[in-house]
Amino acid sequence: MSRLITDPNLPDPDGFYAELLKLHEGREEAESAGINARLILILANHIGDRSILTQAFAAAGASSKKEQGA
Amino acid sequence: MSKIFEVPLYPYRRSADQDAAQPTRHPVVVVGAGPIGLAAAIDLALHDVPVVVLDENDRVSWGSRAICFAKRPLEILDRLGCGDAMVDKGVVWNRGKVFFDERQVYGFDLLPESDHKRPAFINLQQYHLEHYLVARLQALIAAGKPVELRGANKAVGVEQLDDGVRLSIETPEGTYVLEADFLIACDGAHSPLREMLGLGFHGRVFEDNFLIADVVMDADFPTERWFWFDPPFNRGQSALLHKQPDRVWRIDLQLGWQVDKEREKEPERVKARLKAMLGEDVGFELEWVSIYTFQCRRMDRFRHGRVLFAGDAAHQVSPFGARGANSGFQDTDNLCWKLAMVMKGKAPMALLDSYDSERVQAADENILNSTRSTDFITPKSATSRLFRDAVLDLSAHYAFARPLVNSGRLSLPATHDGSILNGPDCADLPPAVRPGAPAVDAPLEESWLLDRLDSRFHLLGIDSDLPDSLEIDGIPVDCLSVKTDSLPSPALSARYLGDATSAVYLLRPDQHVVARWPSYQEAEVFAAFNRAIGLAPREVAA
Repeated sequence: MSRLITDPNLPDPDGFYAELLKLHEGREEAESAGINARLILILANHIGDRSILTQAFAAAGASSKKEQGA
Repeated sequence: MSKIFEVPLYPYRRSADQDAAQPTRHPVVVVGAGPIGLAAAIDLALHDVPVVVLDENDRVSWGSRAICFAKRPLEILDRLGCGDAMVDKGVVWNRGKVFFDERQVYGFDLLPESDHKRPAFINLQQYHLEHYLVARLQALIAAGKPVELRGANKAVGVEQLDDGVRLSIETPEGTYVLEADFLIACDGAHSPLREMLGLGFHGRVFEDNFLIADVVMDADFPTERWFWFDPPFNRGQSALLHKQPDRVWRIDLQLGWQVDKEREKEPERVKARLKAMLGEDVGFELEWVSIYTFQCRRMDRFRHGRVLFAGDAAHQVSPFGARGANSGFQDTDNLCWKLAMVMKGKAPMALLDSYDSERVQAADENILNSTRSTDFITPKSATSRLFRDAVLDLSAHYAFARPLVNSGRLSLPATHDGSILNGPDCADLPPAVRPGAPAVDAPLEESWLLDRLDSRFHLLGIDSDLPDSLEIDGIPVDCLSVKTDSLPSPALSARYLGDATSAVYLLRPDQHVVARWPSYQEAEVFAAFNRAIGLAPREVAA
């Protein structure tokens, strides 16, 4: 089974982050949520590997302390 | 005992210029005796260019100003002859921690490689730094260098002439006029000279307020940069804690946009905020409190005829990343050798345009980094905050998210890729010291490489024969030949040779690489030198 990459793997992380935020600039929250959903689906299709996606779901779903209402 | 910022270091004295029938003409006038104006004056003095520094005040500045000085500016200050005092006094730091909510999400170590003379950063109050600069300038004056530092001389009028600049100066004894061949404006972010010349200053204002407090306390926090996102003591906002010398600590607390600034500055209110952060039982005194709104902006051009803008007068950034004063030192480092060569008739006036293009490039890099940090720290929208908090959450568990956490990208020097002054590269040599890049330090047999590179052009030969001495059109080029097998460490070899067996580097007086070759070839070196002083090939032919 392939392993989800959790070490840094993006060149130019600051440039990536700025581009991601630019995608959402000036949008309503609902519009942004739609963009995020489409983005996840597009990236998931690109990754293709179901086991990788399952690991990513687990990593993203492990809720933070804050979201537990602590 | 009075504090250094309370002592008049260069009190007003009447100058003969005030009694002259006609305005006296000086080669260079620098307006502003802040860190950048003082550095400019010292640099020009080292080039034996006569300079008059005008400052509306007569002492070093007080208050919450620059505190973090990065490796490259420290190297510049070494070349100016005052780095040691600053590093001896300053607090050296390499480590930082980032907190989110109630937990530490990660720690970092800037891990300076070994074999550099200077650390990644020191923290030092700006008033100490300015004091050492004034002392250095006064030592140069005492040694006979043609420099004057005039306190309580405020520039209140400026007029561009065909061959210079005319200034009106206000003093306690009235106003006088003087002229300069060149004017260097180092009069800060609010630059009255820029205003008087009607020049624009464009960019972004960040809709947020930060409370900046310098507090004196005995605390056992480690010598680290601590940054909090959304901490319990400042909900929804950020906070920063940084150590300075003399038991002084810098604390930044983000307040948000809709606040009553006057109320937030009330000492009791500030103390309550600080107690929530530091704990009820930590005793402290407030040295300084102010509220800032951050801006990222610059002038379209830094050269306007014979007026050259440097430091905050030319560009302004948010403080996250310490890119303000640090980039100002790199401005005058870039400018002064060029101005000296032009004034001595050794280089064409066009060389000064490269100050503009190279330092605008650097300012854009600083503004980009500083803007991105500020966007991360103060998200502008709900979605932006969602991503920011997701990055912080993930960073506690996954290494991949840590490079995305942006609490300030700390000042690094610009590499002037594509500069018109750059000469040929040699692809086999390490990219970090390519043409346009600042030289990287390394130990020599008895000293450090950068200490050996003074304010002249240098030819550095590594395992390659060089002439004993070199002069090009009457300008000396110092030749430094290094044999790697006699060096105490492999650092120079790794940094300048990589896998190659020999190399020759031509370096500018500001220690930036002009060009490099596998071995010495006279015609190549001469051509690159001419290019580096603004005689690009077509102009040589003309």
